[in-house]
Amino acid sequence: MPHRKVGFGLHSIGAAVVNGVWRLGYASRFFLMTLISSGASFRRIQLTIREIYFSGVMSLIIILVSGLFVGMVLGLQGYETLQKYGSESALGSLVALSLVRELGPVLAALLFASRAGSAITAEIGLMKATEQIAAMEMMAVDPISRVVAPRFWAGVISMPLLAAMFSAIGVFGGYLVGVVFIGVDEGSFWSQMQAAVDFRQDIVNGVIKSVVFGIAVTAIALFEGYDAPPTAEGVSHATTRTVVTSALAVLGLDFILTVLMFRGV
Amino acid sequence: MERTTLDMWVGAFVVGGVIALLILAFKVGNLSGYDRSESYNVYGEFDNIGGLKIKAPVKSAGVVVGRVSGIQFDNKKFQAHVEIRISKKYQFPKDTSASILTSGLLGEQYIGLEAGGDEENLNNGDKFKLTQSAIVLEHLIGQALFSKAADEGGDKNTAQGGNKKAVVQ
Repeated sequence: MPHRKVGFGLHSIGAAVVNGVWRLGYASRFFLMTLISSGASFRRIQLTIREIYFSGVMSLIIILVSGLFVGMVLGLQGYETLQKYGSESALGSLVALSLVRELGPVLAALLFASRAGSAITAEIGLMKATEQIAAMEMMAVDPISRVVAPRFWAGVISMPLLAAMFSAIGVFGGYLVGVVFIGVDEGSFWSQMQAAVDFRQDIVNGVIKSVVFGIAVTAIALFEGYDAPPTAEGVSHATTRTVVTSALAVLGLDFILTVLMFRGV
Repeated sequence: MERTTLDMWVGAFVVGGVIALLILAFKVGNLSGYDRSESYNVYGEFDNIGGLKIKAPVKSAGVVVGRVSGIQFDNKKFQAHVEIRISKKYQFPKDTSASILTSGLLGEQYIGLEAGGDEENLNNGDKFKLTQSAIVLEHLIGQALFSKAADEGGDKNTAQGGNKKAVVQ
């Protein structure tokens, strides 16, 4: 009967909305609990250092290689366009500004989400599925302060370092293609770059962006893992959701932060 | 608590990140080029600043000697009030003139200082007595058209007047 179908559709929309708001509230409470019980991750710094190794150090290869290639492509494409206007000396400022302001923080965060975020979700989801988290609670060990908070702080610390390395190696890649291969004047490459890039306006804002992205990506990955249904399928869905949600969150936050930082609203 | 290989890798990671930040700050950015302590402020009033922006360079003989530190509109004189910060290393005579120039045909605008012959130097808070505004392309074209029309009219005096005005502006 048609009216029953309509009623059913409305019902499922309502259920989805209620479920979404409910989940958001749970996620916020989870995030707050992580912040409140993060004392142990600094008192027992070894826990956090171990997680920095797994999410930061292990992401180094992909970050450095991608940064180098992104910088090289920027150098090549920038040169192709700039030389049409006879201003290939501005190549340095183009490469540096696009990396420091946008590409460094955003691409590093996207790579971090797919390399480290998915691993965090899968690990915590499996810990839950194999009832390790329940076992911790049985032994009066708070799983949030023992498992979640160190991973959170490791992500927040690693992300700006990774983004800075991405930008630095990207600038080197642009230098390699622009100056060494194509032959743009080296002096004007660096001097135009230094004239265009401002420390407070560009570099500090880039670092702020990467810290925000680090918080967002790690918090999403941790929550998806903690909230995953304790089945193989549940963990696999949660891992997918981590990557999708983090990518959307990073790009959305990037727009908001750029508006706030560079439009002076 | 013992040292582990893991600590070594994390340490190297943090050092690498900090080095990358330092490279960004000093090699890519211009943090090293700032010396805020050793400078003095002077200001000038311009009829029109064109596209001059804060932090635009202040050059004398083509060398950067300072930066524009503030631009305000003076609502009494209806002129632009431009603050300039000049490095203490460079001293200029009191009758130095400031003009707003453009680097290249479509480049950024900067302030050019032309030193005068006064015995005394500019001090903190002094004002440029002679200023020259930015050239506005529309005014220039308008004047060129006007003087051309005057030339065609055959009146020599008007033509000279027109030309003079174009030069002054």
